[in-house]
Amino acid sequence: MPDCPYTLPGATGDWEVVVGLEVHAQVASKAKLFSGASAEYGAAPNSHVSLVDAAMPGMLPVINKFCVEQAIRTGLGLKAQINLWSRFDRKNYFYPDLPQGYQISQFKDPIVGEGEIVVELDDGETITVGIERLHLEQDAGKSIHDLDPKATYVDLNRSGVALMEIVSKPDLRSPQQAAAYVRKLRSIVRYLGTCDGNMAQGSMRADVNVSVCRPGAYEKYKAKGDFSHLGTRCEIKNVNSQRFVALAVEVEARRQIAILEDGGRIDQETRLLDTVKGETRSMRSKEEAHDYRYFPDPDLLPLEFEQAWVDEIKKTLPELPDEKRKRFVAELGLSDYDAGVLTADKERADFFEAVADGRDPKLAANWVSQELFGALNKADKDLSDSPVSTAQLGKLIDLIGDDTISGKIAKDVFAKMFETGDDPAAIVEREGLTQITDTGAIEAIIDALIADNPKQVEQVKEKPKALGWFVGQVMQQTQGKANPGAVNKLLKEKLGL
Amino acid sequence: MTALTDLTLAAAKAKLTAKDISAKELTQAHLAAVAGARSLNAFTTETPDKALAMAEASDARLAKGEGGLLEGVPLAIKDLFCTRDVESTACSNILKGFKPRYESTVTQNLWDAGAVMLGKTSMDEFAMGSSNETACGGPVTNPWRRQGSNSALVPGGSSGGSATAVAARLALGATATDTGGSIRQPAAFTGTVGVKPTYGRCSRWGIVAFASSLDQAGPIARTVEDAALMLTAMAGHDPKDSTSLPLATPDFAAACGTSIKGLKIGVPREYRVDGMPDEIESLWRTGIAWAKDAGAEIVEVSLPLTKYALPTYYIIAPAEASSNLARYDGMRFGVRVDGDGLTGTYEDTRAAGFGPEVQRRILIGTYVLSAGYYDAYYLKAQKVRRKIRDDFDQAFTQVDALLTPTTPTAAFAAGEKSDDPLAMYLNDSFTVTANLAGLPGISIPAALDGDGLPLGLQVIAPALAEERMFAVASALEKAAAFDARPDVWWAG
Repeated sequence: MPDCPYTLPGATGDWEVVVGLEVHAQVASKAKLFSGASAEYGAAPNSHVSLVDAAMPGMLPVINKFCVEQAIRTGLGLKAQINLWSRFDRKNYFYPDLPQGYQISQFKDPIVGEGEIVVELDDGETITVGIERLHLEQDAGKSIHDLDPKATYVDLNRSGVALMEIVSKPDLRSPQQAAAYVRKLRSIVRYLGTCDGNMAQGSMRADVNVSVCRPGAYEKYKAKGDFSHLGTRCEIKNVNSQRFVALAVEVEARRQIAILEDGGRIDQETRLLDTVKGETRSMRSKEEAHDYRYFPDPDLLPLEFEQAWVDEIKKTLPELPDEKRKRFVAELGLSDYDAGVLTADKERADFFEAVADGRDPKLAANWVSQELFGALNKADKDLSDSPVSTAQLGKLIDLIGDDTISGKIAKDVFAKMFETGDDPAAIVEREGLTQITDTGAIEAIIDALIADNPKQVEQVKEKPKALGWFVGQVMQQTQGKANPGAVNKLLKEKLGL
Repeated sequence: MTALTDLTLAAAKAKLTAKDISAKELTQAHLAAVAGARSLNAFTTETPDKALAMAEASDARLAKGEGGLLEGVPLAIKDLFCTRDVESTACSNILKGFKPRYESTVTQNLWDAGAVMLGKTSMDEFAMGSSNETACGGPVTNPWRRQGSNSALVPGGSSGGSATAVAARLALGATATDTGGSIRQPAAFTGTVGVKPTYGRCSRWGIVAFASSLDQAGPIARTVEDAALMLTAMAGHDPKDSTSLPLATPDFAAACGTSIKGLKIGVPREYRVDGMPDEIESLWRTGIAWAKDAGAEIVEVSLPLTKYALPTYYIIAPAEASSNLARYDGMRFGVRVDGDGLTGTYEDTRAAGFGPEVQRRILIGTYVLSAGYYDAYYLKAQKVRRKIRDDFDQAFTQVDALLTPTTPTAAFAAGEKSDDPLAMYLNDSFTVTANLAGLPGISIPAALDGDGLPLGLQVIAPALAEERMFAVASALEKAAAFDARPDVWWAG
């Protein structure tokens, strides 16, 4: 058992944190979970609302098979138990953005049971995080409180959209681990294509459960699964970025420790993160907690399917980040670090593989992860907004490979590509950057140099390192376009080195 | 010549096909009867213009030798069914003014078969009641009265308006729904035939939900054959209802009149309850004799959990109702009463919109699903429900159908039980079991009691054995030769 990676010192001794996450991932489906209405984001308010979504009298839910398939795919990607029999329950509470007066969810019998994922941390270490379950449920609509001082507006476009709630075990021990877990989970669902992982649009959001305990308590909990060794937890609702997940863990842990150190008690409650003030605020206490009166939804039959269907879905699973990373190391000869960077996100991996197709993988990895990612990072751009396409970057590498330009010139060309989005060949042509490989032209320059600089010729014969001066001169006279290999070779010949 | 309103549905159908009568004149006769019977309060909404337009369209089809199974047949529709552009309120204030933009699957099936809509019939609010006294538009009066008495009797419920419309010859048939007996009990109280089919035969889509796992639509008509014709048109698989059975619908009318010789008819001993009137007991014996005469073998069977059926029902049905009725929150349709903040608006809206019986059931349902009570009530009730189903499965290994009285009493007086919910609930003692087990049941008028009021016999069949149920019911109907009808005291 490794030491706890994160301890917070208190006046009465050290504290550790224990974190579990409930991540809500919107199923990448065109239609909602129980109605045929569109699940598209960003439409005009209340334009994607069916009679079922608005809970008109007599309307009934019918399960969307595609959403079930995505839940199974995700379960398989989490290496989890797929339950061939599961059931939908109603979670009852009143709110204007919940037209039915209940959310259809899975309470006792979820479609996916226990699984696990391997999470890479920033320091290169990995941890294995247990998945407790994954279940399907409906999203609620959206209440808009700030359009009118007195009224609340309701947009039901989201009402009934399919969500997967993915519940981790309390296996996370630091803010960084919690953030890294979300990053990895996001990566997996994006590889699988079951959720677009867009946290800014709310396609993925996390409820963060935080408690604190003394060193040693967590190990006791782990030994027998006895939760009484852990502290009382609070749930921070609807955290919508990896950074805020880490922030939520940290500030909530500090809040709880301060209370405990003062001799107080933690009340189990639901809290909200104020990202501006960097604190959590009480939303409702346990006493105010809803009694959701869960019971099996009598409008729906139990969700049953054959193992054969699961097997079929399994065959269509893409290569997931862990496997891809291993393959990049074993088959492409990339460093583990580069492989990790390139596989962290499906988009990155796809980009790299397109660039590397038919080319030197190490060179491709270098250009993608160093040059392109570096430039994107500097410009604060996402890969999806990259001004340089896979074909263009590939062509640039080809221009180096066929000696049209040198690696050094290539960096300048790349900078111009990034700036203009132009093809590398066009830039090279326009700027006259084609490498001089005509040995005759280079020879003439070298001959003139030797003739004009007898002193330097003397020196270099004693100190071969001084050859650099000649190389520099040739490059200067050719505006860097001379092939460095050819220059070196010819100089050595002519100077008799 | 028989008045057009006295025709059976089957006879009217034959006359329409033969062009002896037109759909328009048949409809006009019924519209006149409806208008003349307003004192019964059977209808909440009359749709004469719609009816005439539909009748004319039927006549056009009939003229071309076309037409569906119920072409030109005027029907009444229980207000629980959503009907496009026609107020559909489940007889609740909370849905006052609600005109759906959609048509329930069952009514759409009827219109597709050529039926004509006369209007919407009254019912207990949200189908919760056994006397039609909880309707927001006031009680419905049973066309039948005790001999020598002018005091009003209830028509039963919750489909009291539909049963009354059929018994008073205001419609050839009516749609109804049955969650614990709401078709069969009013049929028994009004001398009509009421059928609750197997759970899943009729789509629930577009029917205001009361208790989803128990609700089933079915017909009320004046003969077994008429009810069979209607059910044939109403039933069928509907992909919009996940609990609808993906099965073809048999020709139920063809099963009527087929021999029941050699069938084993079970008589469940637990249905002989304490305090049951002698008349009910003797009616039952008579029914048994009729079945024997028709060649059936009578077998006494046991359904040991019968006494737990009513309490089980009164946990499961309110539990589901408490959740199903949550959508009536004043936010999107129906009535809203603005109160203090959101919670105040919810409270005021629902307090004003729901009547006392509905509120009572929501409270019961909320209670039995609450944390700490769920296991003791709801979960236990579900277990008992499964055992009740097992009881029936066991009985049906020995017999082909069951014969019981439909109700423990004849129709009672208005107001007699409305202050005593438990006494009211006992009305469903013989009918709730079929709902809990999902089985088809039919009530047929069998005799008059000493006061001259109709009494019903019930046939319960195994799931999907409606054809056998219709065969037994029509054999009993033939033997009973029930031709009594209420005096028309209400007209004009």
